[in-house]
Amino acid sequence: MRAGVPTVRCVAEQTALEETSGGGGAKPDPAVVRDALGVGVAVGLSGFAFGVTSAGSGLTLTQTCALSLLVFTGASQFALVGALAAGGNPLTAAAGAFFLGVRNAFYGLRLSQLLALPRAVRPFAAQWVIDETAAVALAQPSRRAARIGFTVTGLSLYVLWNLTTLLGAVGAEALGNIEAWGLDAAGPAVFLALLAPMVRTAVERAVACLAVVLVLGLLPVLPAGVPVLVAALAAPAVLWVRGRRRAAMDDGGMPMDDDARGTGR
Amino acid sequence: MNIWIAIGVTAVGCYAVKLVGLLVPEGVLERPLVRRLAALLPVALLAALTAQQTFADGRVLVLDAKAAGLAAAALALLLRAPFLLVVAAAVVVTAGVRAMTG
Repeated sequence: MRAGVPTVRCVAEQTALEETSGGGGAKPDPAVVRDALGVGVAVGLSGFAFGVTSAGSGLTLTQTCALSLLVFTGASQFALVGALAAGGNPLTAAAGAFFLGVRNAFYGLRLSQLLALPRAVRPFAAQWVIDETAAVALAQPSRRAARIGFTVTGLSLYVLWNLTTLLGAVGAEALGNIEAWGLDAAGPAVFLALLAPMVRTAVERAVACLAVVLVLGLLPVLPAGVPVLVAALAAPAVLWVRGRRRAAMDDGGMPMDDDARGTGR
Repeated sequence: MNIWIAIGVTAVGCYAVKLVGLLVPEGVLERPLVRRLAALLPVALLAALTAQQTFADGRVLVLDAKAAGLAAAALALLLRAPFLLVVAAAVVVTAGVRAMTG
């Protein structure tokens, strides 16, 4: 659930922390609210795709809505219902969804410095710590604007995402066979849209390619859900190979590769 | 029941990592290697999930209308189409190819 905001996000990465610590931004509140609503509404509507996919995967209306209410991080939700539909063990399916959600911890780290929330508020704010709220909040020029951005994005996205999930799940039942409508392509298309802005450097491309090879190669031989978890090892594997190569190059006095971009994420 | 277990574990796990980010002191997770890995993990998982859900039917690899739909989504992404349009392109093309090929 972070697609549609890559530009917001890039700006955020570069400018957020140094600028916000100054705190003297003059961005008017309505402008912040407008930015936040734009992201919240656009992404919130895609809950419809989740509702349809989840219902099409065999989850009940209650289960589908429970996922959007309680998990509320899109990629993990899609991954879970996909793994369950493929007949995966529930814990294997949950593990894949969990690993996808780990990145939210790193958004939380930055947001806690930026928003300076009272400790008592943090357990409530935590549910909204996702790609989009982090992108909007980190892009703001002051703490006040960041707090408004976080709250408005979080609220609009949470309400809409759950509403459209419900509509999608109800709609899927009315549609009948979702494959005839091509709706089974929504899940992978969402993953691709989430992936695209993350793949910019040679290292990121290598990780993506290795993961695809691993998952397709292992699908026929491992139990459902496990190949995706094994494919996740592409990340440490590529980092390890790159570390070794870099060390070898340092020894030989060769120039290092130029993919240091992206380390800010 | 199995589905509810999966939902429960995912919900607790995903909420916990969100909360951990807000609660842990600065510096604990900020080591370069940890940050690199955290950035690359979603890349690996999303690439694997895209490939699996496009080319797998259970444990068999297939090439069907969904591949055409995903190609349309990729094209829409290259053209910098908004998120909803990317998903819509995949759905419409997949349905179209299925309708044509019966």
